[in-house]
Amino acid sequence: MAPVTLPSAAESTDRTAVVDLGLKPLSPTQLAWRRFRRHKMAMAGLATLVLLTLYTSLGGMLWSRGYCAPIRATLSGEAWANCNDTSLKLQPPSREHPFGTDVIGRDIFARTIYGGQISLLIGITATILEVLLGTAVGSLAAYHGGWVDSLLMRFTEAMLTIPSLFLLIVTAKFFGGRLPDVILFGRELTGSVLVIILIIGATSWMYLARIVRANVLSLREMDYVAAARALGVSNARIIITHLLPNTFAPIIVSATLGVAGAILSEAYVSFFGLGVQVPTASWGNMLESAYKYLESAPWLWFFPGMFILLTVLSINFVGDGLRDAFDPRTR
Amino acid sequence: MVTYVVRRFLLAIPQLLIISIVLFGLMQAIGDPISTLGARTPPRPEEKARLRRMLGLDQPIHIQYLVWLAGNDWLLLDMDGDGVGETPGPRRGILRGDLGNSLVTRQPVVTMIAERLPNTLLLMGTTEIVIIVFSLAIGVYSALRQYSAGDAVITAASFIGYSMPVFWLALMMMYLFAVNFKRWGLPYLPTVGMYDPAVGAEPVEIARHMIMPVATLSIISVAGYSRYVRSSMLEVLHQDYIRTARAKGVREWWVIFHHALKNAALPFVTLIGLDIPFLLAGAVVTERIFAWPGMGRMFIDHVDRSDYPVLMGILMFIALAVVVFQLLTDLTYSVLDPRIRLN
Repeated sequence: MAPVTLPSAAESTDRTAVVDLGLKPLSPTQLAWRRFRRHKMAMAGLATLVLLTLYTSLGGMLWSRGYCAPIRATLSGEAWANCNDTSLKLQPPSREHPFGTDVIGRDIFARTIYGGQISLLIGITATILEVLLGTAVGSLAAYHGGWVDSLLMRFTEAMLTIPSLFLLIVTAKFFGGRLPDVILFGRELTGSVLVIILIIGATSWMYLARIVRANVLSLREMDYVAAARALGVSNARIIITHLLPNTFAPIIVSATLGVAGAILSEAYVSFFGLGVQVPTASWGNMLESAYKYLESAPWLWFFPGMFILLTVLSINFVGDGLRDAFDPRTR
Repeated sequence: MVTYVVRRFLLAIPQLLIISIVLFGLMQAIGDPISTLGARTPPRPEEKARLRRMLGLDQPIHIQYLVWLAGNDWLLLDMDGDGVGETPGPRRGILRGDLGNSLVTRQPVVTMIAERLPNTLLLMGTTEIVIIVFSLAIGVYSALRQYSAGDAVITAASFIGYSMPVFWLALMMMYLFAVNFKRWGLPYLPTVGMYDPAVGAEPVEIARHMIMPVATLSIISVAGYSRYVRSSMLEVLHQDYIRTARAKGVREWWVIFHHALKNAALPFVTLIGLDIPFLLAGAVVTERIFAWPGMGRMFIDHVDRSDYPVLMGILMFIALAVVVFQLLTDLTYSVLDPRIRLN
């Protein structure tokens, strides 16, 4: 970065007499952070997200334990969230079960904790996949141009022409039950979690690809890229070290909003029973068939839905704050 | 203009072909439709094989695709399994308007879609009107009162609406307006279906059943769109020609609705035009919860049965709608904004 002189020094005719006030110029990231901090709703969103993360992580250690009557044992952790005592089914919220119990007598409070872990995990990993795919497609298309560009963009358009919910449902059916269970972070996850991550990532990269393509298209005509090419830098290196860092801001903004989208997508697919399979809980599959108890057991659908709304809302606020912080002109 | 339209349609053909190939590939693996047939008595293996031959499911996938695309009435099919074709195929293919028959109901898919489409269009058309009216009203209001208390409330509300999972909003509304209003002895709204069979398909009855699905669908869209209208309105209001109009002494409401809104609404037209076919699809969840007998619900019902001709039919119909609306949007845009030339 070019050295930044203080305004008073720039005005003075004597260019050598730059007064050092001990102030360092702020880096773009610091500037962005300063603007982000002033965005009240974004900060509130960030705080809520931290609380939600604490709830789903520490909550499992602190509060998730209880006596599971059918197997006559006190359970803790996810085992407690999956313990079904049918004699306690559809209990309204009480001291033992703060959020009530579900159709087969599982504790909803514990399930929101463990379901939250799954929902957040899906949101984040699916977004990482989305960013990787979208960035790869967008930058390849823009940098190579020609037939690579037309082929990739025609494919992107074709994908965009089918509403994503349909695509999600069909791909969920396609991959359902084909992946083995895996162990991650000491938890056994049903293959359906992997499936959901894959299909959400694979059906949401199109907008990002377009954003990245548009950015790279304008950047690749810059002189510094021509210079890099003249020096014999490889194409991959030009894309990764010279072009992509300059499209960082739009990528980070749409990735943030992508997490919210992925959590919602998971909820929709699970709502149709095609998502995360029981006994693994997710906020989405807790809502599946809960609508049949609209009148008799509103706590079944109220709490998981509330958590989805809170998470998505906070992420959207953070995304909005980031957009303003990175690009102050859009205010 | 005519050449432009023709060229756009020619360009759409490969796009629709790619879509159909991708979808057809996915369809082959969403489950075995034969295994869901024969409810009480599972068919014997030889019956299954015969069914497979009759439905053409024994053919390799590319042949199945070609049959789906162009029909098989010029081929002789082998129905009795002796290796010699003797029966001419019954299908005419999607290119000649035959989407095949449902594997579950045996009805032509075209008929099935035609039966459900009016219901979906009724719901979506009403929703679209509500969305346009409210987005414009709310967007203009908050642009004119930027940073006021009202604007702040609207901003917060639209963020919440935008983040709301559709089904949760639907459940909350049902819980409040149907369950609790009934409990409190207030006039309450019906929760599911299109009309009460005891009353019949009267317009008032259908309208009553439409209130909640339409509200659910439009709240979420209005939340997003009104932000869009607000920001484009703000942008226009700060331009010189608005100041000129005010300086000339043009009445304020005329400045806002004639000068400003006309230009601010341009990007909104694009947004609406491109989103209409997606609304058609977005109703899947809403139709399911409110048991509205539309196309989205039919899609979900037939996903469970792996009934791929129906699924392909609906998906291709929506893809075509998207392509047509993209074109219509571009044409409308060029009419509204003379600076844009199509070529």
